[in-house]
Amino acid sequence: MSATVDTHGHDDHDVHHHKETFVTKYIFSQDHKMIAKQYLITGTIMGVIGVLMSIMFRMQIAWPEEPNVLFEALLGKWAPGGVMDADIYLALVTIHGTIMVFFVLTAGLSGTFSNLLIPLQIGARDMASGFLNMVSYWLFFLSSVIMIISLFVEAGPAAAGWTIYPPLSALPMAQGGSGMGMTLWLVSMAIFIASSLLGSLNYIVTVINLRTKGMSMTRLPLTIWAFFVTAVIGVISFPVLLSAALLLIMDRSFGTSFFLSDIFIQGEVLHYQGGSPVLFEHLFWFLGHPEVYIVLLPALGITSEIIATNSRKPIFGYRAMVASILAIAFLSTIVWGHHMFISGMNPFLGSVFTFTTLLIAIPSAVKAFNYITTLWKGNLQMNPAMLFSIGLVSTFITGGLTGIILGDSALDINVHDTYFVVAHFHLVMGISALYGMFAGIYHWFPRMFGRMLNKNLGYLHFWVTAICAYGVFFPMHFIGMAGLPRRYYTNSNFPLFDDTANANVVITMFAIVGGIFQLVFLYNFFSSMFFGKKAPQNPWKSNTLEWTAPVKHIHGNWPGKIPHVYRWSYDYSKPGHDDDFVPQNVPMKEGEEELHH
Amino acid sequence: MTALLTIIIVLFVTVALWQMIKIFDLAQVGSSNTQIADDNDNKLNGYLMMGFLVFIYVITIASFWYLGDLPLMSNAASAHGPEIDNLMIISMVLIFIVQTVTQFLLHYFAFKYRGEKGRKALFYADNNTLEFVWTIIPVIVLAGLIIYGLFTWNDIMNIDEDEDPMVIELYAQQFNWKARYGGADNVLGQANVRLIDLDKANILGVAEDDPNAQDDVIVSELHLPVGQPVLFKMRSQDVLHSAYMPHFRAQMNCVPGMVTQFGFTPTITTAEMRENPDIVDKVQNINAIRSEKSKELAANGEEALDPYEFDYLLLCNKICGKSHYNMQMKIIVETQEEYDAWMKEQKTFANSLNK
Repeated sequence: MSATVDTHGHDDHDVHHHKETFVTKYIFSQDHKMIAKQYLITGTIMGVIGVLMSIMFRMQIAWPEEPNVLFEALLGKWAPGGVMDADIYLALVTIHGTIMVFFVLTAGLSGTFSNLLIPLQIGARDMASGFLNMVSYWLFFLSSVIMIISLFVEAGPAAAGWTIYPPLSALPMAQGGSGMGMTLWLVSMAIFIASSLLGSLNYIVTVINLRTKGMSMTRLPLTIWAFFVTAVIGVISFPVLLSAALLLIMDRSFGTSFFLSDIFIQGEVLHYQGGSPVLFEHLFWFLGHPEVYIVLLPALGITSEIIATNSRKPIFGYRAMVASILAIAFLSTIVWGHHMFISGMNPFLGSVFTFTTLLIAIPSAVKAFNYITTLWKGNLQMNPAMLFSIGLVSTFITGGLTGIILGDSALDINVHDTYFVVAHFHLVMGISALYGMFAGIYHWFPRMFGRMLNKNLGYLHFWVTAICAYGVFFPMHFIGMAGLPRRYYTNSNFPLFDDTANANVVITMFAIVGGIFQLVFLYNFFSSMFFGKKAPQNPWKSNTLEWTAPVKHIHGNWPGKIPHVYRWSYDYSKPGHDDDFVPQNVPMKEGEEELHH
Repeated sequence: MTALLTIIIVLFVTVALWQMIKIFDLAQVGSSNTQIADDNDNKLNGYLMMGFLVFIYVITIASFWYLGDLPLMSNAASAHGPEIDNLMIISMVLIFIVQTVTQFLLHYFAFKYRGEKGRKALFYADNNTLEFVWTIIPVIVLAGLIIYGLFTWNDIMNIDEDEDPMVIELYAQQFNWKARYGGADNVLGQANVRLIDLDKANILGVAEDDPNAQDDVIVSELHLPVGQPVLFKMRSQDVLHSAYMPHFRAQMNCVPGMVTQFGFTPTITTAEMRENPDIVDKVQNINAIRSEKSKELAANGEEALDPYEFDYLLLCNKICGKSHYNMQMKIIVETQEEYDAWMKEQKTFANSLNK
C-alpha cells in the first residue's frame, strides 16, 4: 500500500486565515492538539476522583467499621458517625473501577495520546474529521458529568461492581444503587461508548488515509501502530457493550427478560422468564477483555517509543513488535470466557478459553523480551519518562505472569474473585497503563505545552509511586491465595481471615502514601504548564515527526509543507551518521540501507 | 460541623504539602530545571534501579516470610484438591524463576547501560534467531501448562455418574445459604421460585406434590460424609452468588433461572483437619491476633472476641448486595456414622411444611 500523499492543497493555503475566537480555540476546538489537552485534563480530574475513592475504601478494609472523619466529611449521610456504610463501600468500589478503566485509562490515555500523536507523527494537518473529533470529546465530557452526577442520587450510585452483572444491577430492590444510580451509570456509559467509537473511527481513517509521503505502514512509529490497533479493537468490541447496556435498560425499564429469569425477591415472584445472566456476562466480557488491551496497548506503544528514544537505540525487533501487537489484538477478542470459567457455562468452553488465553502469553513475552533487549548496550537517558517506561515493563512482567495462573481454568476455580485477581489486573493493566500514561505525559509535555516539566519532581514522583505500587499489589497476591474474596466490606465475620488483617493495613498505608505523592505530579503538571522552562525544539533528540513541528501550536501543525518521510523512526545511533539520531524526514544518504526490512 | 472542619483540615494539609513541593521545587534553582537527564541523573537513577531490583526481591521474600503460610496450596480437603495444588505449585515455581530472571535483566541493564555523554549505543535492530528462541520457549512451556491444566480441569468438571454421587442442592438467597439433600431416594424434588410459599414455609419453592420431594431435607448447615462423592446442584433465587469452598478447591456461580453444578469428594473430616499441624499453627496464630484485639476491645469496654476454631466454610464470592460480606454457611465433614445420626434428626420436606 502506498502512503497517501499530502494532496489536500493544504500546503498552499495560509493556515492562519480563519480567525479563532476563545470559544473555537479553547472550548469547541476542532484542533487535535487542543482536544488532546482537553482529554488529558478531564482524564486527570476523573483520575483524582478515582484514586480518592480507592483510598477511602482501602481505609475501610484496613480499619473496618472504625469512625473516620474523612468519611464523615466526604460521604455525608453514607457514613453516619463516620462509619462507612456497606452500600457506599460497594458503590465506591464500583465507581472506582468504572472511572479508572473507562474514563482515565481509555479516554484519558487513548484520547490524549491518539489525538496528539496520530496527526503529528504520521505527518497530517489534523484528524480526518476535526468535527467528529470535537463531538467525541464533548460526548466524553457529557458522560463524565453524568457519571459524577450519579454519585449524588438519593439511593446511591451504582454499586453492582464495575461489571454490573444483572440481576443485581437490574433490580432496584436488590440494592439501593440499582435504582437511579444504575440508570445514570448506563446512560453515561452509552454516551461514553458513542464518544469512544467516534474517536476510534477517526483514528483508523486518519492512520490509513492521511500519512505523509514516504510514511509507509512499515515506517510507522510503534505508538501509531498501537493506537491504530487499539482503535480497531475498540470498534469491534465497544458496540457489543452498548448492546448489552441497551438490553439491560430494556430489562430494567420496559419489562423484557433478556438477562432475567425466575426471580423471587423481597417476598414476591417477578414476572421475568427465559433470560440468562450468563448471556450478559458473555456480552460484557466480549468488550471487557479486549478493553484490557484497549487500555494497555497504547501504554505499550508509548513505552516502545520512549524506551527506543532514550536508549538511543532502535527498538529491538520492530516487525516482531508489530506482529505481537496484531497477535494480541486478535487473541484478545477470543479469550473473554476466561472471566467465566465458573459462571455455569459449559466446561468444554472453559477448555477452549484456557487454550486461547494462555496463547496470549507468547506475544506478551516477546514484547517484554524485546524491551529488555532494547536496553542492552544502549546509552540510557534516565529522564522521568524513561523511568516510567522501565517501570511499566517491570509491572507488566510481574502482573502478566500471574495471568498464567488465572487463565488456567483448573487454577482459576480457587482464586477466582479473590484478591489474587485484584493484584493481577491492577499490576498488569492498571499500574502498567498508568505508568504508560505518566511516561507519555513526561515525554510529550514539551510538545503539548511548549514547556518542560521539572525533572527532580519527576524522579521523586516515579520512585515513590514505584515503591508504593509494589507495596500495595505484591502482598495482595498472598491474601488472595489465602482465599480472601474481593468486594467484602469487612472481613471481621470470618475469623479464618484474621491473619490477613495486618497485611491489609500495610497495603492501605502504601496506598495512602502513593496516593498523596500524586500531588507531586499534579503540582509539577500545573505549575510547569505556566512557569516551566521553555521547551527546545527537540528536547529528547527524537526521530519522529512531531518534533519537527513548531513548538508554538498552530492550526495545521506545520507552517509550510508537510515534511516527507524517508526512513523508519528508529534510526538511533546508526553507523555512518555523526549524531546519534536521524529524524524520519532526513533523506537517505547515498548507499545507506534501511536496515530493518 | 466536624465535617466542615475536616474538609478545612484536609484542605490545609493539601496546601501545606503543595507548598512543601514548591519549596523543593524552588530549592533547585541553579540546577538545570529541565527534564533532560545529565550524567549525574543517569548515574543516580541507574543505581536506584539496582536498589529497586533489591526492593522487588525483598518484598517477594518478605511476602513469603510473613504471608507465606496464608496460601491455600496445601492441605486440600477434597479428592481433586491435590491435583490443583500441584499445578499451582508448578506454575508458581515457573513464575518465580521467570520473574527473578527478567526483573534482574531489566533493572541490571538499566543500571549497566546508563547514559554517559559521548558514548554511542549499539545499533542493533533485529536478530531472528533470538526472536525465534524466545518465542519457542514460551510456546513449549505454555503447551505443557495448557495440557496439564486441561487434563486437571476435565477431571474436575466431568462428573462421573457411575460413582453414584450424593446429590445436594445449594440454594442461595440474599444473604444466606440453604442446602437440600435428596433424602433416602437421593433424588431432588422439582423446584422453582414460583412455587415458593412463605406461609407454608416452603422457602425453596419445592414442588409439594412431587413424590421425589417428600423425603428431601432442607438445612442451613452442610454436613458431608467423608469419602462420599457429592454432586452439588446450585440455584439462586434473586441475584448471582458464587458458592466458594476454598478448602475443597471448589467454586461455582449460582445463577437465577438455571441450575449449575460442581462435584467433589471430601477426604478429610473436620475433626481430622483440626488436628493437622499446619491448621493447628494457623489457628494458634489467628487466636493470638484475636486475643490481642480482644484486649483492645476490653480496654474500650466492649465485648471480647470468641476464640477461633477451625471449620470448613462456604462463602459467597460474587458481589450480591449490601451484606455480601457476611453470607456464609458452615460445612462439617464427618464419618458416615456421625452423618447418618445427624441426618436422622432432620425433618423431611413433607414434615417441615406448615399445614
